[in-house]
Amino acid sequence: MKAFDHKEKYAQLRQLVEDVLAEAGRQGASSAEVAAHSDMGLSATVRLGEPETIEHTRDNSLSISVYMGQHKGTASTAELSGEAIQEAVSAACSIAKYTAEDPFSGLADAELMATEFPDLELYHPWDIDIDGALAMAVECEAAARDYDPRITNSEGATLNTGQAVGVYGNTHGFVHGYPSSRHSLSCSVIAQQGDSMQRDYWYTTARSASALDAAAGIGERAAQRAIARLNGRKLKTRQAPVLFRAEVAAGLLNSLIHAISGSALYRRATFLLDALDTPIFPEWVNIEENPFVMQGLSSAAFDAEGVATSRRKLVVDGILKGYVLSSYSARKLDLQTTGNAGGVRNLSIQMGEQDFAALLKTMHTGLVVTELMGQGVNPITGDYSRGASGFWVESGEVQYPVEEITIAGNLKTMFQQLVAVGSDDDYPGSTRTGSWLIESMMIAGE
Amino acid sequence: MLEIVEQQLLAPAGLEQRHLDLVLDHLMGHQIDFADVYFQSSRLEAWTLEDGIVKEGVYSIEQGAGIRAISGEKTGFAYTDELQLPNLIQAADTARAIARAGQNRSIAVADKGVGRQLYAAKNPLDTLSRSDKIALLHQVEQQARREDPRVQQVIANLIAAYDMVLVAGSDGVLRSDIRPMVRMNVHVIVEQGDLREQGTAGAGGRTSLEFFTRNERGLELARDAVRQALVNLRAVDAPAGAMPVVLGPGWPGVLLHEAIGHGLEGDFNRKGTSAFAGRMGERVASPLCTVVDDGTLENRRGSLNMDDEGTTTQQTVLIEKGVLKGYMQDKHNASLMGVSSTGNGRRESYAHLPMPRMTNTYMLAGEQDPQEIIASVEKGLYAVNFGGGQVDITSGKFVFSASEAYLIENGKVTTPVKGATLIGNGPEVLNLVSMVGNDLELDAGIGVCGKEGQSVPVGVGQPTLKVDTMTIGGTV
Repeated sequence: MKAFDHKEKYAQLRQLVEDVLAEAGRQGASSAEVAAHSDMGLSATVRLGEPETIEHTRDNSLSISVYMGQHKGTASTAELSGEAIQEAVSAACSIAKYTAEDPFSGLADAELMATEFPDLELYHPWDIDIDGALAMAVECEAAARDYDPRITNSEGATLNTGQAVGVYGNTHGFVHGYPSSRHSLSCSVIAQQGDSMQRDYWYTTARSASALDAAAGIGERAAQRAIARLNGRKLKTRQAPVLFRAEVAAGLLNSLIHAISGSALYRRATFLLDALDTPIFPEWVNIEENPFVMQGLSSAAFDAEGVATSRRKLVVDGILKGYVLSSYSARKLDLQTTGNAGGVRNLSIQMGEQDFAALLKTMHTGLVVTELMGQGVNPITGDYSRGASGFWVESGEVQYPVEEITIAGNLKTMFQQLVAVGSDDDYPGSTRTGSWLIESMMIAGE
Repeated sequence: MLEIVEQQLLAPAGLEQRHLDLVLDHLMGHQIDFADVYFQSSRLEAWTLEDGIVKEGVYSIEQGAGIRAISGEKTGFAYTDELQLPNLIQAADTARAIARAGQNRSIAVADKGVGRQLYAAKNPLDTLSRSDKIALLHQVEQQARREDPRVQQVIANLIAAYDMVLVAGSDGVLRSDIRPMVRMNVHVIVEQGDLREQGTAGAGGRTSLEFFTRNERGLELARDAVRQALVNLRAVDAPAGAMPVVLGPGWPGVLLHEAIGHGLEGDFNRKGTSAFAGRMGERVASPLCTVVDDGTLENRRGSLNMDDEGTTTQQTVLIEKGVLKGYMQDKHNASLMGVSSTGNGRRESYAHLPMPRMTNTYMLAGEQDPQEIIASVEKGLYAVNFGGGQVDITSGKFVFSASEAYLIENGKVTTPVKGATLIGNGPEVLNLVSMVGNDLELDAGIGVCGKEGQSVPVGVGQPTLKVDTMTIGGTV
């Protein structure tokens, strides 16, 4: 796909942000912040070897928050015409006349704005054309379909490539932005044997095309995963150890982040209330965020409020050492923002020594979970109950696939009962972890 | 209605009906079977109360056109947020690149008129003044706090949206729709000693904001959210394992949406990836079950005068007395399967491709008194409120998460239990329905359905029903 002129696009968006900030001032805002974003991309899907869908994406957006004293108004538009922007600015200003005075609202403090903007190597446009994109998707899907005769059908393979420019500015005089790119290749196939039909997928995603995993490998892994699920059984209801495969263990880390995020804390809507400086994991657990990973999928030098991000440890020796705060939630809690407006950036847990096979031996008998279903997590109590599928393990060896079961427990207890984190960090995404072995959970089945 | 939409959506960009013909002519090469252009303009306003003050107000604008060209099973798609003719032509060039160019064909679209209105073509953003919207949120909060001193946090949202769409297709269709939507959500957190819990309630539909001021509906949501939170405060651990489950009326119909709804969408069945593929005419449910998808209910959240391809919505019987009768179709999948669209072609916005989606999906009432259904269970679960659900349409496995549930002991509803996920197999679960109540209810109007990254509003409903056995993901 042709690279858009990111320098020209950046200059346009920067000008737009500055103009909109000035217009907000003219309409009476005492302070304001504006984020503008433009992206373009190509998505090519093949199914059963034939092109199925070609989508050309091209999105624009602008969002503005204005403050009239401590009154806030927000508006956004997905169309960047002069009329739409004018309408958005007026709407934000008029909304601010109706919202209540909120002593905690406002821009992040001026002295916290980022001042260093290292090149994190986030922009690697890919000049692949439609035929090239289709060829790669065909190769990926073919590898899956040729892998085993039990792969009988396909939902297709998709190659996505996209590039974007984002600019954030506020009335402290901070206006910065950067271009970025993201590419991915995914494949989803169906395995069939007798009455059993199972679908599974795999994918790769990266900032640069050269960092993507090989197309054939993605297809093969999708096929392996679908085949491994064939002829799944239910389990009898029982208590047993549970090994969360790395890609689903990442979800447990996300639940942790939700529980220590500012909005959950000030609403007292978390099972980790007042947990700062207390042990929430066994003492060998260390978790950090690093916004400065080169080509990192969530790397950035400043957050959604322009605040400088920092590499920091959230959990040290099992003890919770940091919250995840924006300037608003920080003020509500009488703390300092942690530069996390917009979320955490490249979270990772310190990996253990054991690979997946060694973890199976350590578990001896129990359940490996490879997929979770549903949203059954209560953020306030930590109560956890979700649909699951995976494998039953005895004597450290996988016995058979299992499905149509649930696993349940409480996140607070599950974190404390973490037995080991593996070294098998082998899935795509910005959150890095190996598989998690949890001492015991309730498995419901027959 | 078409004049209003043309005037507000097309005229500002200097577009007239003949330009639509021009764009479609341009799209149609000899290898293009079908093409359409979808124009959309939306406005949304949302207010949030928290900590006793309305601290947030958000206004958002969305406008653009999506252009699609279909050749056999292939689809080319492009969109633009600039509605001027040159941008449309450029997007059309991009979209039709899916097939080799050929002789252009001449197309003349004509107004096919909607012919009925399931909701007023009125902008709901203006149906209450801003001061009244804020006052309403405060009344709701005060009501929640009056209910019980253990209420510690109240978060209330009020959302109104106005969506104007116009679709012109190479099959000559030219239709438009004006779609209002309102929604209110109340979330409360209660605290008692070290225990904290939550309750939520929400409602809405394609109507005006007076929906929440009439008959104290907003206040009713506050009462219900607090009631639910207090029930959860005294909930005990849920049981683990298989047992009979009685599902209450209304929102628990999310069971149908997950267990069978998605599996009966045309695309999955055309491709043979659904657990229901090739089972038309077979028994897939107990004879007590008749399930329909119905986009024609007045003012309902999932209703549409026409779908996003300009097809009039209808009531489609999916399962009749236990037998699989129909799939939900959009134009593309219908034509490939040799049937007609059922008016289920929906898209999240102009920037997304349409696909077969549900509207309002529900089970018709049976004959049983709900009390008799509960009385028939010796030991089981009575679940009346749910969070979200999810389905794997290929294996048929689905889950939905109970947020308010009780034990049934010796035919009586007794102790509340904590939230738990229920899991089952779509093609099996309706065969296990042994009793269906006479109390059909539709949900309050809060459903959002996600598929392939696209969200659309939907409705669900059902009478009280008994499933002989389901797996409950509790801890004891």
